[in-house]
Amino acid sequence: MATRTRSEHPPVRRGDRIFSATALGAGILILLILAGVAIFLLVQGVPGITAGRGSLSGRDSFWAYVGPFAFGTVFASIIALVVAVPIAVGIALFISHYAPRRVALALGYIVDLLAAVPSVVFGVWGITVLSPALVPIMQWLEDNAGFLPFFEGPTLTSGRNMFTAGLVLAVMILPIITAICREVFLQTPRLHEEAALALGATRWEMIRMTVFPYGRSGIVSASMLGLGRALGETLAVALVLSGSAIYTFNTLAAENSGTIAANIALQFPEASGTAVNVLIATGLILFVITFAVNYTARKIVDRRSEFSGAN
Amino acid sequence: MKSTSLRRAAAPGALALSAVLAVSACSASNEEDDDAANTASVEGGDELSGTLNGGGASSQEAAMEAWRAGFQEATNPDVTVNYDPVGSGGGREQFISGGFTFAGSDSYLEGEELAGAEERCGGTVVEIPSYISPIAVIYNLPDVDTLNLAPEVVAGIFAGEITAWDDPAIAEDNPDAELPDLEINPVHRSDESGTTGNFTSYMDATASDVWTFGETEVWPDVGGEAAAQTSGVVSAVEGGEGSVGYADASQAGELGTAAIGVGEEFVEYSPEAAAAVVDASEQVEGRGDTGLVYDLARDTTEEGVYPIVLVSYHIACLEYEEELDAELTRAFLTYVISPAGQDAAAENAGSAPISDTIQEQAQAAVDQITAG
Repeated sequence: MATRTRSEHPPVRRGDRIFSATALGAGILILLILAGVAIFLLVQGVPGITAGRGSLSGRDSFWAYVGPFAFGTVFASIIALVVAVPIAVGIALFISHYAPRRVALALGYIVDLLAAVPSVVFGVWGITVLSPALVPIMQWLEDNAGFLPFFEGPTLTSGRNMFTAGLVLAVMILPIITAICREVFLQTPRLHEEAALALGATRWEMIRMTVFPYGRSGIVSASMLGLGRALGETLAVALVLSGSAIYTFNTLAAENSGTIAANIALQFPEASGTAVNVLIATGLILFVITFAVNYTARKIVDRRSEFSGAN
Repeated sequence: MKSTSLRRAAAPGALALSAVLAVSACSASNEEDDDAANTASVEGGDELSGTLNGGGASSQEAAMEAWRAGFQEATNPDVTVNYDPVGSGGGREQFISGGFTFAGSDSYLEGEELAGAEERCGGTVVEIPSYISPIAVIYNLPDVDTLNLAPEVVAGIFAGEITAWDDPAIAEDNPDAELPDLEINPVHRSDESGTTGNFTSYMDATASDVWTFGETEVWPDVGGEAAAQTSGVVSAVEGGEGSVGYADASQAGELGTAAIGVGEEFVEYSPEAAAAVVDASEQVEGRGDTGLVYDLARDTTEEGVYPIVLVSYHIACLEYEEELDAELTRAFLTYVISPAGQDAAAENAGSAPISDTIQEQAQAAVDQITAG
């Protein structure tokens, strides 16, 4: 009798109620904040989408205005991702499977520390140190790989082009991708690894057979988190990138596609009237892009998880 | 050390000046009404207290710091002057809506905005050109000490039509310079700015057949390297040999600055040459003696005038509803255009002090500010 009552009405203490209410509140709060941001972007942005030439720096329509910046945003982020993901996976593997324990710990701290550097510092570093240092490399790429549209040149003498901006972004998203990959790789079931080794696999073969399949969805979601940060990164790009409102795959020249976030930061201080709405509307586009990226990432992770080897 | 001693020397002058002006201003308004507030300020300009809210052009920000400090330290310790550097457009907007008592703006009021401002003031608007900042054409060519650039050449470089330093068009004006066989990398502002507006206005006025993009505060689609803010442009030019850009002259630092072709000669920028362009310009018609606004004679051929300048205005009402607003605005703007105020701005922001003629006219306009 007593057992039945308990299963129908589990005992509820005050602590349980408070905890469940707090958790529920936190869940609702995040939805409210997100909804609030979305509503703000919509209400303030819609007048911008229909704005006339005067507020669009001479462009005919809002879409013609935002297009190059949307392209530049995605392009810069993809460069960052292409550079950062292999390095991050390498660092994570080194920390989780190769390095001696003490080295791994220290290296982990250092990578995490990189995440704590403010983006304006990355921007200033990009201008003063990285871009001049990269100019010889860019020059070499232009001379030797100039047949590729990416390295057409002519190389900008100050080095403040998409090439540098992409690399600065890569450095900035490196820690978050590394940290997540490291944690995922460490979760690989010991039995899988030992089974692979017992079958005569070398360490690299073991990693390919067990760690990668198990961690694939983790790598994807880590990359998507990194991509999210790269898409929204503002100040470093605003400082480093010589951005214009054009479409170009050329990463070395003086004219590069600007990014949405950097454009907002640059134009907002002097903007007034409808021009502000236009900038907020470009923010809405960035919001949509980021949402689409996250949604796609979630889809990929969901599909991959069935074959991840975790089951 | 230098700045302290200068400010100390300037302070008594400013005090005496503003006291005299306060008396003369009040004697004029006493004829109309003789209320308590006016009597109070006759006893001493330093007894004003209250808060004056203004905002607008960010170009004036550095000068405004100097003015605010000078105004408070010298004569009016109890007055708080707030200046919100929201940008010229925002400044005009908020002046019209009544948010700001005065506004700073890189361009003067026109059309609808002028009508709106007149409505807000219930009558005439006061506009005075109180901040003149020369814009230098800076270049990075280590072996070239002086560079002469004719207006068409400046426009050609920034329009992307002249692409090499040893171009005959440049060589023609620089017979003595050893111009390198180097590509020109023109650098411009990536953010919307009054500096860009004035620079494009110069090219539009002097070489509109080469520079076909008109006057614009956002750089048009002509290519070149884009950099954020004045400091960004300067560091981009410093970073790349063969680069050329435009920036507040005070920020040029070690870089070479070009002498600009005016008439038959080439003029290096100097504060006097920059201030002279306002004197060489015609006042816009129909604005009375309180609307001291100018369509700058960028294409002037007058000797010793440097035509690439940014002129920033202060906008105020001729008649305020509140006595306090009128008094504070009058006192503050009087300080701003006074020699002490202009010197403080020159020291802090590298601006060019306005000429005596403009100062007199502006003072006459400011003196008329009253409460209705």
